[in-house]
Amino acid sequence: MSESLKIDDLKATVEGHEIIKGLSLTVPKGEVHAIMGPNGSGKSTLAKILAGHEDYEVTGGSVTMDGDDLLEMDVDDRSRAGFFLAFQYPLEIPGVSNANFLRAARQARLPKGEEIDAVAFYKEMYAKMDELGMDRKFTGRSVNEGFSGGEKKRNEILQMMMLDPRYAVLDETDSGLDIDALKVVAKGVNAMRSPERGFLVITHYQRLLDYIVPDVVHVLFDGRIVKTGDKDLALKLEAEGYDWVKDEVLASA
Amino acid sequence: MSEAATLEAVTIDSEGDFSYPEEYAHDAGVGLSEETIDYISNVKGEADWIREFRKKALKTFESKPNPTHWASKDLDNIKFENIRYYLSKGQKPTRSWDEVPDDVKQTFERLGIPEKERKFLAGVEAQFDSEAAYSNIKVELEKDGVIFVNSTEGLREHPELFRKWFGKVIPTGDNKYSALNSAVFSGGSFIYVPPGVKVTHPLQAYFRINAENFGQFERTLIIVDEGAEVTYMEGCTAPKFETATLHSAVVELVAMDNAKIQYITVQNWSNNVFNLVTKRGIAHENAEIRWIDCNIGSRLTMKYPGVIMKGRKARGEVISIALANDGQHQDTGAKMVHAADETTSNVVSKSISVGQGRSTYRGLVHIPKHLKGCKNNTECDALLINSNSRTDTYPAISVRGNQHATQHEASVSQVSEDQIFYMQQRGLSEAEAMSLSVNGFVNDLVREFPMEYSVELKRLIDLEMEGSVG
Ligand SMILES: Nc1ncnc2c1ncn2[C@@H]1O[C@H](COP(=O)(O)OP(=O)(O)O)[C@@H](O)[C@H]1O
Ligand SMILES: [Mg+2]
Repeated sequence: MSESLKIDDLKATVEGHEIIKGLSLTVPKGEVHAIMGPNGSGKSTLAKILAGHEDYEVTGGSVTMDGDDLLEMDVDDRSRAGFFLAFQYPLEIPGVSNANFLRAARQARLPKGEEIDAVAFYKEMYAKMDELGMDRKFTGRSVNEGFSGGEKKRNEILQMMMLDPRYAVLDETDSGLDIDALKVVAKGVNAMRSPERGFLVITHYQRLLDYIVPDVVHVLFDGRIVKTGDKDLALKLEAEGYDWVKDEVLASA
Repeated sequence: MSEAATLEAVTIDSEGDFSYPEEYAHDAGVGLSEETIDYISNVKGEADWIREFRKKALKTFESKPNPTHWASKDLDNIKFENIRYYLSKGQKPTRSWDEVPDDVKQTFERLGIPEKERKFLAGVEAQFDSEAAYSNIKVELEKDGVIFVNSTEGLREHPELFRKWFGKVIPTGDNKYSALNSAVFSGGSFIYVPPGVKVTHPLQAYFRINAENFGQFERTLIIVDEGAEVTYMEGCTAPKFETATLHSAVVELVAMDNAKIQYITVQNWSNNVFNLVTKRGIAHENAEIRWIDCNIGSRLTMKYPGVIMKGRKARGEVISIALANDGQHQDTGAKMVHAADETTSNVVSKSISVGQGRSTYRGLVHIPKHLKGCKNNTECDALLINSNSRTDTYPAISVRGNQHATQHEASVSQVSEDQIFYMQQRGLSEAEAMSLSVNGFVNDLVREFPMEYSVELKRLIDLEMEGSVG
């Protein structure tokens, strides 16, 4: 059986409004898929449902991760099972240092009674921060507190690297990044591409996909995947905007 | 009793929540009257002046209304007539754990006291219900003239020292509960540190309630003579009983010229304990009194540690952390009374309210007009975990005259559901996420604690958060 993150006919509501309206999409392990779509089409909603946010009620369909029912698991169980979400708007955790946070997250993955090897942990964290061009001072600072938009996004990627997920969803990781930061982040993600991992890269712009070249591009519109293609689809969207997609959808409705 | 029988009778739930069968040699019965006081005085073989002191205090207690006009109405739910005011096994505190009765010894072993003593303490007193069961101090300190005994022994062996300060820092009539304590007090520590002696390791007292419907009324008096220093640490627990339990202590500190006292409390009461404690110190010239007060648990805690800065350049400090979980009310604060020139006080209070938990901060800073060069800094921060929590701040700062520097800051922050979600997405359980936020919130304060206590506090916060997510 080929392993994948499989979303099948997913429907979900928030406060009674249906936002995800029968969405199907499969990311086989080893591939990078991109989701593009206009603002408000439901991209972040999908990401948060996959992570298990309780604001969203799943009213139909299924999501499996390598065959396991993802929707049945608690938020933290999903994470420990290998699901990672890089947030569009990462939260600030005052008083909790970045290093302590990462350490707690790593500790949570160990069997009860087993202690993390602090020396090895720091060594690994520093190496990954160097890869991402993050200053060491970020280890002692509170998680995301007072970070610039770009610094927060790098920090998300650092967390992803440290937690080594099986499937990672990156929600508009490119927004707020200047071109140099974008290259650094893309380098980090590309270094993590492997036959053992699948990525779902959500973006509003094609720019990111120049650096993280996707195997498949999906267009999300009004709660559904309305088009799927290769990386050229992203270029077409960049050149022509979303209107032609909308027109096609409306025409076929 | 055989070992097996003892263990079988123990009820275990979580840490601290266990009790042993009640077997007492002395039991003052239920309710409070002059006879109760006679009973206690007789058992202790007390001098007449103490008996009279107690009886006068009983009258004061009876004449004072419960302070429900400003404090919680929940105080009215204390049924004084149903409480047992004195329970002891008739034991004399021993200096060896081997001589402590089995069930009492096992209690303290489960709470890790003998182990802590071996590791880092200069002396330990362990009180089980009304009386100390174990009391020991390092021989070197004893040679230096340091006294560390329970209050019963202190009154008997050192009446001249004791009487000079007893009830002087906190008069009987200070409030209804200080009067109650003055009437029925038993146990607690008496400490005297002679001039110039610096006790480097902490002295620790541990107060354990074992019996149901019981009131624990320890009385502590610490006198630190000129240029001497001591750190005292108290810990308290009780099992979870169905009925309310009352803990009402009075703690008086006296820091003579250039002396330093650090008094650390880490208490973890179960949900049905009314914890109504009066704590105050007098700091003479250039002396320093520092209260570090961590309140976790209890049904209602009312506690406002204070410092009267009586000598020039005296310093007072209250650092407090209060954690109010569902069904708990932490009503805490600080009293800083400046009574001499160039005195300095610092109050840092952090409260955490979880679920329906409620935290209240009450502060009083008093600087009279005729003084010069006094300083106060007050900082109260509240953290709310979920929207039902409630927090109130009542800072009363009465500063007369314009030759003083005072500063007051307050903040309220929330741990939002989205923050918890974010942390959970990284693999932390809800309880771990909450613990991490709470620890982050109190982190800058905890860093100032001696290591062992910061570790202890962190562990208690973790336990409390685990309990709060069911
Ligand atoms: N928690 C919420 N409460 C109410 N409406 C929401 C909530 N989250 C998302 N929505 C709505 O769902 C739609 C999709 O939003 P979102 O998933 O953030 O879009 P995208 O990420 O594609 O820009 C929007 O109309 C948004 O207003
Ligand atoms: Mg979005």
